[in-house]
Amino acid sequence: MTAKIVIGLDGSEAGDRAVAYAKKLSSLIGDCELIALYVIEWSPFSFQTAEENAERHKRREAEIAAATSRIVEPAVNALKAEGFVARGMVKHGHVADSLNAVAMAEKADQIVVARASDGGIASRVFGTSTAHLAMTAEVPVTIVG
Amino acid sequence: MRKILQTGLALMATVVSVPAFAQDGGIDQAVNDAFAAATGPFVNFIFAPIPGTAFPWIVMWLVIAATVFTLYFGFIQVRGFRHSIQLVKGEYSDPDDAGEVSHFQALTTALSGTVGLGNIAGVAVAVGIGGPGATFWMILAGLLGMASKFTECTLGVKYRNEYADGTVSGGPMYYISKGFKERGLPGGKVLALLFSVFCILGALGGGNMFQANQAHAQIAGLVGDFPGWITGVIFAVIVFAVIVGGIKSIANVTEKVVPLMAVLYVGAALIILIINYDKIGWAFGQIFEGAFTGLGVAGGMVGALIQGFKRAAFSNEAGVGSAAIAHSAVRTKEPVTEGVVSLLEPFVDTVVICTMTALVITISGVLVSDPATGNYVLNGSSIQTVGDVSGVSLTSAAFAQGLSWFPYVLAIAVILFAFSTMISWSYYGLKAWTYLFGEGKTAEMFFKVMFCVFIVIGAAASLGPVIDFSDAAIFAMAVVNITALYFLMPIVRREMNSYFERLKSGEIRRFKN
Repeated sequence: MTAKIVIGLDGSEAGDRAVAYAKKLSSLIGDCELIALYVIEWSPFSFQTAEENAERHKRREAEIAAATSRIVEPAVNALKAEGFVARGMVKHGHVADSLNAVAMAEKADQIVVARASDGGIASRVFGTSTAHLAMTAEVPVTIVG
Repeated sequence: MRKILQTGLALMATVVSVPAFAQDGGIDQAVNDAFAAATGPFVNFIFAPIPGTAFPWIVMWLVIAATVFTLYFGFIQVRGFRHSIQLVKGEYSDPDDAGEVSHFQALTTALSGTVGLGNIAGVAVAVGIGGPGATFWMILAGLLGMASKFTECTLGVKYRNEYADGTVSGGPMYYISKGFKERGLPGGKVLALLFSVFCILGALGGGNMFQANQAHAQIAGLVGDFPGWITGVIFAVIVFAVIVGGIKSIANVTEKVVPLMAVLYVGAALIILIINYDKIGWAFGQIFEGAFTGLGVAGGMVGALIQGFKRAAFSNEAGVGSAAIAHSAVRTKEPVTEGVVSLLEPFVDTVVICTMTALVITISGVLVSDPATGNYVLNGSSIQTVGDVSGVSLTSAAFAQGLSWFPYVLAIAVILFAFSTMISWSYYGLKAWTYLFGEGKTAEMFFKVMFCVFIVIGAAASLGPVIDFSDAAIFAMAVVNITALYFLMPIVRREMNSYFERLKSGEIRRFKN
């Protein structure tokens, strides 16, 4: 493959827009692999009860299985059905940091995400994941409107 | 769900409506008398003095153990301190393990079980009886206790049970039985069973009744005196809703608010210290002078030492074994890493937070001293205080000298700390209970209902019997745990040496700076 594009999925219509734009880019490039990534928002610095800790591994596995079957697999299967070279991934972590980390690890050429700001107070104060990605990513980022 | 809740509430209602309790002395007095009579012999045995001295053998037991571990592991609390910060920051965490329990989470979960009333009320008890000098011994106990915590938490991860469904269970009962078997030593199973019994008593005592008792004292101090069982029933209903009813949202809110309260508490203490910066030098002078002379407290230097070590052990639980249960859930391939991280627990709990409390109490002037001699004025075996207060009320009065509104914040903090500690200990107690009686809904339900009933008893009993039983139960855990740690410490040293050699050689990879 001459090119790799990481697509940020979020299980919503915004993710579909990102996939649609990535498909367009892939068609233009020709020899291109699409990596569909869903990030489960998670922080190693959150507070948990002892009981939650004891069950964490089990829950993590369940979260990955659910995200894979409900979001990533359908997206990857649809891409493959249309003739694209694609694979999927599920990661835990901060959305922007994880997208960037995967792009770097895969030596991807670009990250494609879609704007999904709800305009709430929290996003105005702390910024959105897409804004954070645009500011911190180490590879080119396309934010689909 | 509704049926379970109704059953629990009916059980609790039965406890508080026993006709005998309603006679002459009232419910509180009846509960208190029965409680003191039932726990007296156990308490007397645990705190029996070494023949010919006034020194309780159990305090000596903890001091010697912490010193032995400190020397045996080559002052791991000093050598491993910087690395513990790196581990908590996630510098050595594999990114592929994201979503698993991090070192930070295991540490803060364990801290939520230890940071609480021990830091607020326990320190006040130590300083109120042993004077400011008790603080010195408390800090020393905290520093030495870091090595005890390292030993037990390393073993907790190494010998935890990982079940097929992905859940984990760990703690002294597991490392004692498995570790002894691995080393070919007899008696592991018996010690593990004994630990479980004491852990259940500790969960019901220090992890439950002491919390309920002091939370009631704080509320009564603010709104006026009222029967303790009322506070107990309210607490019991909420705890019941969480541990039996599975209403996780209450626990989740508490887990997020408690760290905030801890920061607020330390922040308030810092503000008071900054306002009284000119007295800090004097306060440390009192701490050092009192540590070696007693400054007139009952028992002199030994009295200060005993109080300092006792309250430090009760606060940070080093050597007790409870933290090993909380730390064992971490995701790591190297058990030693969690031992190293656990070094921070006594440091934060005792060296930082307890010292803050002790400094505020000393600086506030609530401890009455004789201007002529400089010694503290005694009222029985305790130091006389302004307003004749003790325990959490003493801490509250001390903070109020600097920040008049702080007792209200402290009341909320005490309630949340008490609740958080109860939730943590209900889990520790349950793990010991299921180790003894096996996993099963009936066995678990029995323990959980009993735990809630003890909340009512704890809130109704007066401070003396409750605090004595709390101490005795916690220290009894330490008797068994430390005995086992002596036999298992060669395993920890082998793990430690191997880990640090690989860390030094670069074999253990650092993922981020």
